[in-house]
Amino acid sequence: MALRTRAVVEPVAAIIILVLLAGWLIWNLAESPSQFFQSGIDGLSNGVLYALIALGYTLVYGIIELINFAHGDLFMLGTLFSGYLVTTVLGLHKSNVEGWLGFALTLIAAMAFCGVINVTIEFLAYRRLRRAPKLAPLITAVGMSFILQQVGLRWNGSTQRQWPSVLPAGQFSVGSINIDRSFPVVVIVTAGLLAIMTWVVTTTRAGKAMRATAQDQDAARLMGINVNRTISFTFAMGGALAGAAGLMYQQTVGTTRYDAGFQLGLIAFTAAVLGGIGNLTGAVLGGLLIGVIQGFNDGLPHGLGQQWSQTVVFSVLILVMVFKPTGLLGQTVGEKV
Amino acid sequence: MSTLETLSPAPAGRRSFLGRVTWPVGFLLAAILVFVFYYAITMGYMGDSVVSFARSWVPLTSINEALVWVMCALGLNVVVGYAGLLDLGYVAFWAIGGYVGGWLMSSFFNHLNINVLGNPAPFTTGGIHFNFWFVLVAGAVVCAVFGVIIGAPTLRLRSDYLALVTLGFGEIIPQVFHNGDNVGGFNLSNGTKGIGPVDEIKGLSINQAGSGWRSLGPFDDLSRYIIFIVLTALIVFISLRLRVGRLGRAWLAIREDELAASAMGVPLMRTKLAAYGVGAMAGGLAGVAFATHVGTVLPDGFNFSKSIILLAMVVLGGMGNVWGVIIGALLLAWFNSTGLKQIGTTINGAFGTDINFTSYTFLIFGAVLVLMMLFRREGFLPEARTRLVLREPGRTEVEALGSDLEEQAPELDEELAVLEHDRGKGEPE
Repeated sequence: MALRTRAVVEPVAAIIILVLLAGWLIWNLAESPSQFFQSGIDGLSNGVLYALIALGYTLVYGIIELINFAHGDLFMLGTLFSGYLVTTVLGLHKSNVEGWLGFALTLIAAMAFCGVINVTIEFLAYRRLRRAPKLAPLITAVGMSFILQQVGLRWNGSTQRQWPSVLPAGQFSVGSINIDRSFPVVVIVTAGLLAIMTWVVTTTRAGKAMRATAQDQDAARLMGINVNRTISFTFAMGGALAGAAGLMYQQTVGTTRYDAGFQLGLIAFTAAVLGGIGNLTGAVLGGLLIGVIQGFNDGLPHGLGQQWSQTVVFSVLILVMVFKPTGLLGQTVGEKV
Repeated sequence: MSTLETLSPAPAGRRSFLGRVTWPVGFLLAAILVFVFYYAITMGYMGDSVVSFARSWVPLTSINEALVWVMCALGLNVVVGYAGLLDLGYVAFWAIGGYVGGWLMSSFFNHLNINVLGNPAPFTTGGIHFNFWFVLVAGAVVCAVFGVIIGAPTLRLRSDYLALVTLGFGEIIPQVFHNGDNVGGFNLSNGTKGIGPVDEIKGLSINQAGSGWRSLGPFDDLSRYIIFIVLTALIVFISLRLRVGRLGRAWLAIREDELAASAMGVPLMRTKLAAYGVGAMAGGLAGVAFATHVGTVLPDGFNFSKSIILLAMVVLGGMGNVWGVIIGALLLAWFNSTGLKQIGTTINGAFGTDINFTSYTFLIFGAVLVLMMLFRREGFLPEARTRLVLREPGRTEVEALGSDLEEQAPELDEELAVLEHDRGKGEPE
């Protein structure tokens, strides 16, 4: 009986929430179309970065079912590394040919840097806990997140730090909407990385090994797959994406601090869950959606405003958990017993 | 199998009376000893060197604060240690308890004028002033309700998702208080300025000028110590009694194998909700106690790191073991508030260095979590049963033996060594 009430109440509640949301959006659109699209674009440019970070969560979760809490802080280290490499080491501060070369170099370096850190963490900590109860690796990941944050604090101090950007400055207008000139760059780089990653996962031998390991580690091992190496490879890929996101965050937002990764990591995780954790397309979709939701909340005339941004994102997380725990694109899978 | 024998509890008759009461008696003795020591200091019976040592290394305020941490850690222990549900947003309950204390024991809602055996500060007008003990009950009830509200929609989720949702709540609730100076035009929490001053408790004030029944001022730490010890003892008692009862055994069953527990007829939802409710209740008590301890309720203190410190306390002491958690909490809380600073000063003084030790606090907490999980998952003072749960490999022994023997299961290294040794002997020279 209780089950039946639940089966009736839940879809009705979900539909009511969606209808209210749609009504709210139309209300805002009718009142100020330009503001509507502007905040949508602002949100989208954040959403691209969320998507990149969310992919790291989803990759790792897909293969060893671990929520890698340290991922957001890895991203933070990526922003610091990029800032130091571009500005302090290479001494670049404007957009010219040198700037573009520096950007490309830093992209590769930051990806390698974060990939190596991620693999090291996996090797030192998570690998030893692979057969432990789930609570153990999760708590370890939380501890790692704290350690990385402190590394950032030692490295950069506790204040916000501003760096010049080597991406084109200023904005261009489409109709009444202003778009940052750096936005297309971010989109192109992200799309390129996504294409490479999709290619790796779907067609290469390493990708096949990854998918096999995700399905059943023991069976994969019996088929001659080096499971440890495959998992390390997955962590390297996730870390590299975090590094790329770090560079682009540092270049577009310009400021960063030791705790930047915590909030962004949580938002990105929400994105991964919204899209369906373990699903690569879902992570991208979720990232873009969360970005737009946040943009709408911060920028629309009837939005709650920036100080409620986190609350809105976490409310989305909770609502997704309640109504569709598998996410938008995820499939229902029974918990492995 | 040997594990089965160790898992089954010893028959009640065989457990000696002494074995059962050692820890509670120890708790009582330690509490009384600490009281006597600080009573002697307050009344001026102690020498100057002892007093200055106590002031710098273990001031009574830091002990009182540590007791608040102990209460929270015990509440979290019910959720994480007993029921095995990872809660990363426990600080939300502490915050709610604190704000209940602020609302019901201050002049914040000054258009109202309610006084139920309360103790408003002189020369204040309006506000809600309930008696401290009523507010404790209110805080516990409100937190328990919130625990159930948070739990109800989310407890169906898998364990690691649950951790994330609790984390979300742990972030939302402090933000609500932080932005709460204008919720639809209503001033709910006074924003970043916080609520204060919180009413003083009326109790037995002990000092050199003369003891008596009056308002406890900021320097009456000894009196507050008595109150906090009583509250801690209450939570310890509840934890211990629940643990051996029907509900406690249901929690442990869920922690060890949810599927098996539900097959044995344990109502999963109701049992998990009870864990959340009881755990949150302790947070409420601690929150109200903390509000009177600091005198002002501010939103900024309630952040994620507090939840993690609480988790570290539970993990360090030994998940599921009340006494282990108490010791872990006291140790880390002291370390956090005074210990590290004092150790730092001593080391800097001895070696002439200038290292800011307190800035490494969170590095140390992170390292504690990681190292404990890697090398001593069951904590320093584990319960026999928890140890088995956390030590045994996730899959069957045969599977574990068939997989990477040398790398993935350190506990099997010895068996491997024996195997190799035997093989070496069997072969002809």
